Amino acid sequence: MIKVEHLGKHFGKVKAVDDISFEVNEHETLVLLGTSGCGKTTTLKMLNRLIEPTHGSIFINNKNILDQQAEVLRRGIGYVLQNNGLFPHYTVGENIAIVPQLLKWDKDKIRHRVSELLEKLHLSEDYLDVYPNELSGGQQQRVGLARALVADPPVLLMDEPFGALDNVTKAKIHAEFKALDELKRKTIIMVTHDVQEAFELGDRICLMDKGKIVQIGTPTDLLFKPNNQFVEDFLKEQRLQLEFKAIKPPSPPEGGTFELHGVILPAAIGLWELLEQLKFTKSESIAILDNQHKQVGQLNFQDLMSAFYKYKQQQSHE
Amino acid sequence: MNEQQTLWSFMREQSDKLATQTLEHIGLTFISLFFAVLIGLPLGILIARKQKLSGTVLGIAGVLQTIPSIALLGFMIPLLGIGPKPAIVALLLYALLPIIRNTYTGITGVDAAVKEAATAMGMSRSQILFKVELPLAMPVILAGIRTATVITVGVATLASYIAAGGLGEFIFGGISLNNTNMILAGAIPAALLAIIFDFLLSRVQKLNFKKINTATKLSPAILVVLACVYFIPSAYGSKLTAGFTPEFMGRQDGNLGLQSKYHLKIHTIVISDAVMYKAAYEKQLDVISGYSTDGRLKAYDLVVLKDDKGIFPPYYAAPIVRDEALKQFPDLEKTLNLLSGKINDTVMTELNYRTDYLHQSPERVAKDFLQSKNLWRPDRGGNDGVVRIGSKIFGEQYILANMYSMLIKGYTDYGVSTKTGLGGTKICFDALTNNQIDFYPEYTGTGLLVILQPSQKVINLVTGSKESTYNYDKDMFESRYHIKWLQPIGFNNAYALMMRQKQAKDLNVKSITDLKNYLDKK
Repeated sequence: MIKVEHLGKHFGKVKAVDDISFEVNEHETLVLLGTSGCGKTTTLKMLNRLIEPTHGSIFINNKNILDQQAEVLRRGIGYVLQNNGLFPHYTVGENIAIVPQLLKWDKDKIRHRVSELLEKLHLSEDYLDVYPNELSGGQQQRVGLARALVADPPVLLMDEPFGALDNVTKAKIHAEFKALDELKRKTIIMVTHDVQEAFELGDRICLMDKGKIVQIGTPTDLLFKPNNQFVEDFLKEQRLQLEFKAIKPPSPPEGGTFELHGVILPAAIGLWELLEQLKFTKSESIAILDNQHKQVGQLNFQDLMSAFYKYKQQQSHE
Repeated sequence: MNEQQTLWSFMREQSDKLATQTLEHIGLTFISLFFAVLIGLPLGILIARKQKLSGTVLGIAGVLQTIPSIALLGFMIPLLGIGPKPAIVALLLYALLPIIRNTYTGITGVDAAVKEAATAMGMSRSQILFKVELPLAMPVILAGIRTATVITVGVATLASYIAAGGLGEFIFGGISLNNTNMILAGAIPAALLAIIFDFLLSRVQKLNFKKINTATKLSPAILVVLACVYFIPSAYGSKLTAGFTPEFMGRQDGNLGLQSKYHLKIHTIVISDAVMYKAAYEKQLDVISGYSTDGRLKAYDLVVLKDDKGIFPPYYAAPIVRDEALKQFPDLEKTLNLLSGKINDTVMTELNYRTDYLHQSPERVAKDFLQSKNLWRPDRGGNDGVVRIGSKIFGEQYILANMYSMLIKGYTDYGVSTKTGLGGTKICFDALTNNQIDFYPEYTGTGLLVILQPSQKVINLVTGSKESTYNYDKDMFESRYHIKWLQPIGFNNAYALMMRQKQAKDLNVKSITDLKNYLDKK
């Protein structure tokens, strides 16, 4: 879907991004992770040409984006900023409708689409005529997300989208983020410096340092098959929690899910979340369902812990 | 209380003029503002885009701002003549800096995240400018326009110096005529205009984003309407155009006398004497009020119209000195009288010609003259007290002040400090009575009509001969102000109407009555 080849950006003698290449598959979420100044944001901004690369090429759907008109390209790529970048002089409704206006949709279509998104993002329609400064940080970020999604672009770029939020709000939005069906059919590239966030939201993580890619792979790859000492050190402090997040429970049968007190949990859920669910609901066990919604088994606390140990052991034997 | 009532009655009496001047003032302000916005806004946007240029552009606008207003108006005359055009250009130059600077600050101050979002949404540069940057910068830009408005209302009073009208006509006329009511009749409305416009713009600034959009769209229309006001009053004309100084306009021995005694009806504009002669020479004016000894009379080939009904009283020049100064400096009177009777009309015109037209320094002209009369002596470098000499703001007075300065330095042990260029009779005379200067050269007619202001009967009585005017002034100044008129210098610098020699000849106009008859003929 997205292919980056030998991409580089030099500011004078500083190589902010130094000859990197990677690919992102369709409907995948790739997280660019690293400390400040590692080049992750510069990389992201080159994808919609907010920054023009010094060298290299970028293909989206096999088309070189450098050959397209920048404005047209950008209207087809969603973009979410850390400080939401909402227009203070536009109402929430007008903010969300910016791209459709640029694309000259008719009024009814815009109104319909805006209402639809507000509902999906759990924002009341009352907010339509409210100015952004009257909203809470979390609400503003949701509006920012709605603005990026409104024209249903296949690609979404997110620059530390949740960086300015407190932990409680962040956790809530993370959950919504994962549940949002709109996002499931998007190819997403997200920048963050928050390791937990990267592990929670990323299908794959691209760890960067000094303008270069140190390692690119799934969360478990980074945890258990680090390329070098840098990767290990980077994850060291939060290692235990990360492992619980990265390791999955035994998968349910093909097309099946988990269930607890009538709430369906996705098959790709991590151990960490299942444990949390168990703790919060004070239940003994989680049901395993097949594709017919029939219970075929169950997992209790012990089962989850042994899954963890089993995985760890497997890793150490490899 | 009394003062207020007379001010009120003055304003009622002059309500026509007041209304015209106020409208002119508003019009002048907003035309200039309109063009200033038209130029300043794009420049501000340009330097916000190309920050390298910002230093240069803001620097130039800043320098323009520091040029004294009168000087700037002066620079405009050779380029644009007199009247509204140079005034508007000068005013707009003053209004530029706050508009450019605030546009620049406003646009560069827009949150970078918002600009980035706009770019990332796929907005083009012009969409970002009009939909994001300008609306968000608008409160700051409006603050700049507000500052510019207040500055322009203030500076627009000076427009009357170059015949562009406005409330300055009353203000400067009042200063020249020693007429407080007239000054206030101009100054109060001018101040009110500034306050009102400032208030209105502050309200606009406080509007929220939605309303500001509407206001922004309406404002050009409002500006144009207000600007049009200016052209309404100036859309009249007559065969000949007269340019009179603000002082002449309000004087009994000036325009008032021309109207009451000669019944002269002529299209008149008010103009500073600094540019009046040149404007006549360049055929922008046909009749001007001048001084009969003015050097420019010769330089610009003008001719004095005969005052056949005798409305201009004699204007013999003599130093007037505070009695206390005469006591403090016992040698002063005798020294100043050295010049008495030495300069007649022809000599004075010649001396004025040398400064006004040949641009020789007044100092050199003064020295040459004293040497030719064997009056000049080298500076004794004395320090026995300092005599303060004042002078009004025209060439002749500079020359006289220089002569007196040289004489005092050469014949006595006193030091000298000169305060030349005092704006008008009122300023000069107030400086004298308030012990800011010790003496200055004054004219008998001015003393009578501007300072003493006796009844018409007395005026008719004493203006018959030069001696009776001089004696009346001398007695009254001594008893009323303790100021002494020393011996007259000799020349009579009376007010006079002048025309270009050639035009006067073509129209066969030799006297003011001829002029009136010509104008009435149609």
